Amino acid sequence: MLRIQNLTARIGDTEILSGLSLSVEAGEVHAIMGPNGSGKSTLAQVVAGHADYEVTAGSVEFKGQDLLELEPEERAREGVFLGFQYPVEIPGVNNAYLLKAAVNAKREHRGQDEIDAFEFMKLAREKMAMLGMDQKFLSRGVNEGFSGGEKKRNEILQMAMLEPELAILDETDSGLDIDALKAVAGGVNALRSPDRAIVLVTHYQRLLDYVEPDFVHVLSDGRIARSGDKTLALKLEAQGYDWVKEAVGA
Amino acid sequence: MSTEPENIESLVNQRYKHGFITDIETDALPPGLDEDVVRAISARKNEPDWMLEWRLRAYRQWLAMREPEWAHVHYPPIDYQEISYFAAPKSDADRPKSLDEVDPKLLETYDKLGIPLHERARLAGVAVDAVFDSVSVTTTFKDKLSEAGVIFCSFSEAVENHPELVEKYLGSVVPQRDNFFAALNSAVFSDGSFVYVPKGVRCPMELSTYFRINAANTGQFERTLIVADEGSYVSYLEGCTAPMRDENQLHAAVVELVALKDAEIKYSTVQNWYPGDENGKGGIYNFVTKRGDCRGANSKISWTQVETGSAITWKYPSCILRGDNSTGEFYSVAVANNFQQADTGTKMIHIGRNTSSTIVSKGISAGKAQNAYRGLVKVMPQAHDARNYTQCDSLLIGKECGAHTFPYMEIKNPGAHVEHEATTSKISANQLFYCRQRGISEEDAVNMIVNGFCKEVFNELPMEFAVEAQALLNVSLEGAVG
Repeated sequence: MLRIQNLTARIGDTEILSGLSLSVEAGEVHAIMGPNGSGKSTLAQVVAGHADYEVTAGSVEFKGQDLLELEPEERAREGVFLGFQYPVEIPGVNNAYLLKAAVNAKREHRGQDEIDAFEFMKLAREKMAMLGMDQKFLSRGVNEGFSGGEKKRNEILQMAMLEPELAILDETDSGLDIDALKAVAGGVNALRSPDRAIVLVTHYQRLLDYVEPDFVHVLSDGRIARSGDKTLALKLEAQGYDWVKEAVGA
Repeated sequence: MSTEPENIESLVNQRYKHGFITDIETDALPPGLDEDVVRAISARKNEPDWMLEWRLRAYRQWLAMREPEWAHVHYPPIDYQEISYFAAPKSDADRPKSLDEVDPKLLETYDKLGIPLHERARLAGVAVDAVFDSVSVTTTFKDKLSEAGVIFCSFSEAVENHPELVEKYLGSVVPQRDNFFAALNSAVFSDGSFVYVPKGVRCPMELSTYFRINAANTGQFERTLIVADEGSYVSYLEGCTAPMRDENQLHAAVVELVALKDAEIKYSTVQNWYPGDENGKGGIYNFVTKRGDCRGANSKISWTQVETGSAITWKYPSCILRGDNSTGEFYSVAVANNFQQADTGTKMIHIGRNTSSTIVSKGISAGKAQNAYRGLVKVMPQAHDARNYTQCDSLLIGKECGAHTFPYMEIKNPGAHVEHEATTSKISANQLFYCRQRGISEEDAVNMIVNGFCKEVFNELPMEFAVEAQALLNVSLEGAVG
């Protein structure tokens, strides 16, 4: 589904990804781990199409098409979802309004009719109940005055509503208390399906206790230094990241 | 409008003997302004002597006044002798015969605004009768109003048919010498609207310039007077969301509102004059004096405006809170894109006891535009228990535009309760990326954020107007990002 080959990307004059390759197939859950500054978030942003990052070499294919050719909104409509590490506040714009606009943008792209208002509310309520979110969030401004945990739940709500084929969650677990973590994990697990791929970008093993990955990759200096199954995450938790760097350096 | 051609011709020829004015039939006076021109305008409109005298007094005062320079706007000096002060509307022969002859760009905008097909022709200046017949709508409308006793007519008709009302209230809110542009307007105003709502009458419909006959003829010096007698209510809609092309660069309108005891006036404006092209060429200079007088106890005047057009906007709809317990409100959205300059705001003058005012101003700047809020809250010594709440928010789109806030407060009563809140925000690249990552195009994202920003003001507009205003804002900010 997602095929990244030799991807090199920089921001300004600083190269952050240096020949990264990664393949993700439908039905799989991948965890991408690594120390701060190893390029985890950059990878997520480049796949989503953030303009600050310049791709200087390599390719990214999604469902067989060149993803780098597409505008960010086109990537989203094709089924790429990024759960942001720091979801931005948009004061005055109603959360429900953004959500509905996003759902409709995708439906229009697929040649479907706009979602009916009642159908939309029903769906939103269902998903919110699953995530343990109060319905009043729908009528508040997008992320406006939300706590860290509320923002992350809101990201998962958007994901649940949009049902993406590829969901990349950038540090969605950071700063969550245990209840919020469980709710977020529940949301992710509910989305697991044979025709969907999930990429969890995370610093800690914690989330992986609740969402079991099929593959774990460790990033170091802008490329994948090591891949393995979930036991790799446990090893990282026990030994830290330094041994990976040493292993690569050796 | 009835005129006496011979009379005018003789007057005009007195002054312009040199023969360069040959085509008086075109119904326009040559450029220039002096007492004879004022007389000619008055004569052409067949006005009574008192009206002419009133104009002449204004003209003499104007001569001694200077154009204000304090506003945060810049434009080349206006040569007031270069302007023609009376131009009747184009005759049907000069107008486009059908929409096929109208600038396609204009039609494209109508399409984006969702303006009904039969309305487009009227707005584009197509000879109306050739296209559709508005008589039935207008007649029903007029019947309903006269049943209620509401007078709603052109200013010229009011001078002719209701001189006692006009004479009593004209200039009682905005005196002739109030400011340079008001004095000029008082001397040469062309036409406008007049509304009188009798005691205890709730006007059965929203009054709109849209329906007024000759709405297109008011020209550059519009004069509006609305009087709500005791216990009455009226909601007045001015303007139109469709872009209006006009040959006249200078517009100086005056609007006076009078609310007597227990009366309420709600005045909503959508202004969308030609703002000039994307390089800042052309565009209307809009210098407007709008003021409401809450003359009676418990009266209320509410201004709501959405300003998206004009190259320069200089406008401060104000309320004089004279009556005890009277209320003044000002809700404004001012958009400035490309090279537009807006200096707009309000004045709330608290005189009566227990008066309250609310100001909500939303300024949006994009491109290289400059947007200023200028507001005065004045509480007189005798205005016990006055309350004011001011909220003043600016939104910037891009890096080259500016937002400025000039709040003035003159509080002479120690018991006054005055609050002022101000914010400035930007549409950030991160906000746009966030929306785009959710599949929403950049343009739709900007519109969504802008509409969210303006929501409090749009909520004050009559429902249909609000929908139109929203569409208008989207069109005005098209291409503002990226």
